[in-house]
Amino acid sequence: MAHYKDITKQIRELFINQKLAVLSTHHSGQPYASLIAFAGKQDLKEIFFVTSRTTRKFANLSADSRVAILINSSLNMDSDFHEAVSVTALGNAKEINGAEKDEILGLYLSKHPYLEAFATSPTCAVVGVTITTYVMVKNFQQVMELHIDQ
Amino acid sequence: MNWILSPLEIRPDHRHRIGPKAYALSLMAREGFKIPDTLFLTVDAYNAFVNAAGLRERILIELNRKKFKDMRWEEIWDCATRIRNIFLKKQIPDALKSYLTEKIQSRFSGKTLAIRSSAPDEDASGSSFAGLHESFVNVRGTPSILDHIRLVWASLWSDAALLYRQEIGLHVEKSAMAVVLQETVTGNRSGVVFSQNPNDETQVIIESVYGLNQGLVDGMVEPDRWVLDRDKKTVLSHKPSQREHWMIPSEHGVETAPLPEDLSRRPPLSSQEALGICDLAYRAEALFKAPQDVEWTIKNDTPYVLQSRPITTLSPGETQDKRAWYLSLHRSVENLKALRTTIEETLIPEMTKTAKELAEQDITVLSDRELGHEVRRRWKINQHWVNTYWEEFIPYAHGIRLFGQYYNDAMRPDDPYEFMNLLTQTKMVSLERNQLMEDLASMVRQDRQLFERLKAGEPLDLDSEFGEKVNQFIEKFGDLSCAVTGGTECATDTRPLFKLLLEMAVNPSSLASRKKPKDARALQQRFLERFQGPKRKEAEELLNLARSSYRLRDDDNIYLGKIEAQLLSAVKEAKSRVESFERRGTHKSELDDLKSVIQDLDYGTDNRKTSLRKDEYGVKINPRQLVGQPAGPGLSKGMARVVRQHLDLQDFKHSEILVCDAVDPNMSFVIPLAAGVVERRGGMLIHGAIIAREYGLPCVTGIPDATSLIHTGDEITVDGYLGIVTILQKNL
Repeated sequence: MAHYKDITKQIRELFINQKLAVLSTHHSGQPYASLIAFAGKQDLKEIFFVTSRTTRKFANLSADSRVAILINSSLNMDSDFHEAVSVTALGNAKEINGAEKDEILGLYLSKHPYLEAFATSPTCAVVGVTITTYVMVKNFQQVMELHIDQ
Repeated sequence: MNWILSPLEIRPDHRHRIGPKAYALSLMAREGFKIPDTLFLTVDAYNAFVNAAGLRERILIELNRKKFKDMRWEEIWDCATRIRNIFLKKQIPDALKSYLTEKIQSRFSGKTLAIRSSAPDEDASGSSFAGLHESFVNVRGTPSILDHIRLVWASLWSDAALLYRQEIGLHVEKSAMAVVLQETVTGNRSGVVFSQNPNDETQVIIESVYGLNQGLVDGMVEPDRWVLDRDKKTVLSHKPSQREHWMIPSEHGVETAPLPEDLSRRPPLSSQEALGICDLAYRAEALFKAPQDVEWTIKNDTPYVLQSRPITTLSPGETQDKRAWYLSLHRSVENLKALRTTIEETLIPEMTKTAKELAEQDITVLSDRELGHEVRRRWKINQHWVNTYWEEFIPYAHGIRLFGQYYNDAMRPDDPYEFMNLLTQTKMVSLERNQLMEDLASMVRQDRQLFERLKAGEPLDLDSEFGEKVNQFIEKFGDLSCAVTGGTECATDTRPLFKLLLEMAVNPSSLASRKKPKDARALQQRFLERFQGPKRKEAEELLNLARSSYRLRDDDNIYLGKIEAQLLSAVKEAKSRVESFERRGTHKSELDDLKSVIQDLDYGTDNRKTSLRKDEYGVKINPRQLVGQPAGPGLSKGMARVVRQHLDLQDFKHSEILVCDAVDPNMSFVIPLAAGVVERRGGMLIHGAIIAREYGLPCVTGIPDATSLIHTGDEITVDGYLGIVTILQKNL
């Protein structure tokens, strides 16, 4: 059994090493999944991404802020089944504005510098997801839950 | 892709594809040594098989269920058993099969073969793997040869091989196996020669037996032994053996048979022949430029080299010793049969007699000084039996695994634990105890007055039929309040027993209803029908041995507990005397000895702290799904009852799931009430798993920190098929 520090360390490593995640939203009960470029805080309390306000995902999360985000380290290889680590984060999404937006954008672009034009476009929103729970899966079926004090 | 190479095709760059054993043989063939007709199956063939069958990742999933260092050897054996079964079930891909069939038939044309492992890892590690992988002799017919090739491949993943690779730091995922296919040379004399005695560099050692070399290598036939002077090439000594047996080819493999009397009177080698074998070793040493350990056999007066490898000379305590320990994980049938006789005919009767004698002794009449001596005496007696338990009883558990492998090889079942169905429902002491409890519970159930009186905690009428039966039960098994069988002194009354009886009375037939349907008889018939003649007898013998081993796996702790209970009763008497004097504030010098005895024997309790904590960012971790080893098939859901100490058992309720560090037979009386079992210790041979299977309960073992991650009252599911425990929570 991994120690709790190993688990939080592995999530932080996913934040650093993985560029993409899958965001789940829904519209009137119809689930919807989309790929996002994400960044996360080291305290694990928030995950950020940038999206155009015209997207379906933005419409969905504006209507219902509850979302799930899947981040994983799989390489599309057989070895993923015993080596890959996967985390599902559950939380509430909201658009970030004002002074905080600049701070978050700085964090976001330090991870994804090639997205600068996209992320700073007036049509794009910076979205922050306040995380309540992480569900981490490793060794194929070992599952641990992390509950975050906000 | 070269799947097969012949000795004369071998170049130096082939070494890593055929392993050092095969490479050495090829060099010897080139240098004119007489070797049996041989082909080498390269690691490419192994890789083709595992890749086509999707085995590579399947193996790694098995091995990565949890950290290797967290696995007990029993879990590693489980892992190895599952992997071996996968190898047995998977077919060799058609292209490889056709290729091998054609090559084997054209080269050996119907001859029987020896099929030997040759692991390239030996070069990588610089360590000897001798004995860790399997080899087979006198294998007849292409289908059987292909079967045995898979078994040699599978032996790459045996528990001993896994442990050894882990220890010497090899990456198991990169391991592969080459195979040596050799015509069986049925020599009438065989042996091993060490060109340099590992313990004395001035000497050469020869060991020799009649018949096939397998008898010597497997330790089944005792060899004659010669010591020679390395420089002068003269025989220094010859130590004859009893010469009672030899190993000879049989219809399906080899068998140990009595040695004909005329042969038993003379040594397998003359002095002149011993010197000839010595020459063979010198030539091998000159070729490889290092002292060699050469296996050989003599047919028609011609010595054939079967294999040659460098002598590994390590000081005691180094790797060599540990490899010997890993090898000791495998016991021969003969060894286990001898162990059985000792255990059943000597040890258990002695234990029973000892417990009875101790119980009959009235310790209350002893003086304080005498009591001090008695406690120490009992402690020594108990310690003696604890040591015996580790030295004799634990190794005997290998009878189960030996049968398991035999069964799986013959039956190729989908479920590698199917053989356990032939072992369950044997007469175990704990089952007898649980049946008596069920009878008592039934009496309580039918007598409303009795039920109410027990519930209210009213004193028991000792003259009633129920009272008499309770007393008989306590006399035999104790009042269940003690962590050892036969203990009656841990609680002041029989409440623990009555609480459980009341719970069983309210929930009738919990025992009977969960017993799984057995088709053991049909299964046994199907198993035995696979064998004819002497093989049938061998199969029956092994089954019988496994049943005895399985039964003892549960019973041994009960016998041991009865002795420990007598030690504890003397300790309790001593404590009571000391406390009584201390309460009165008086001092008596004779009590000082009693005090020191008690201090010596005081057992601490394990207060495990919960590992659920918050880190510096306020993150709290809860387990959701924990992976262990599947140890009893089935799926159940219920409230967890975490048992950290023996007295926790008395609160056990019907349909709860027993979660504990380690179930022992002195705890398993709550199993008839349980809906499932979860245990930290891993493996299918542990008591919790055995008793769970007896009652048909789902069981998962090998969950690290089970008793701290799971809490009493948690709603959990136990998936005994996959070895997974899920802690249910209503909301995320």
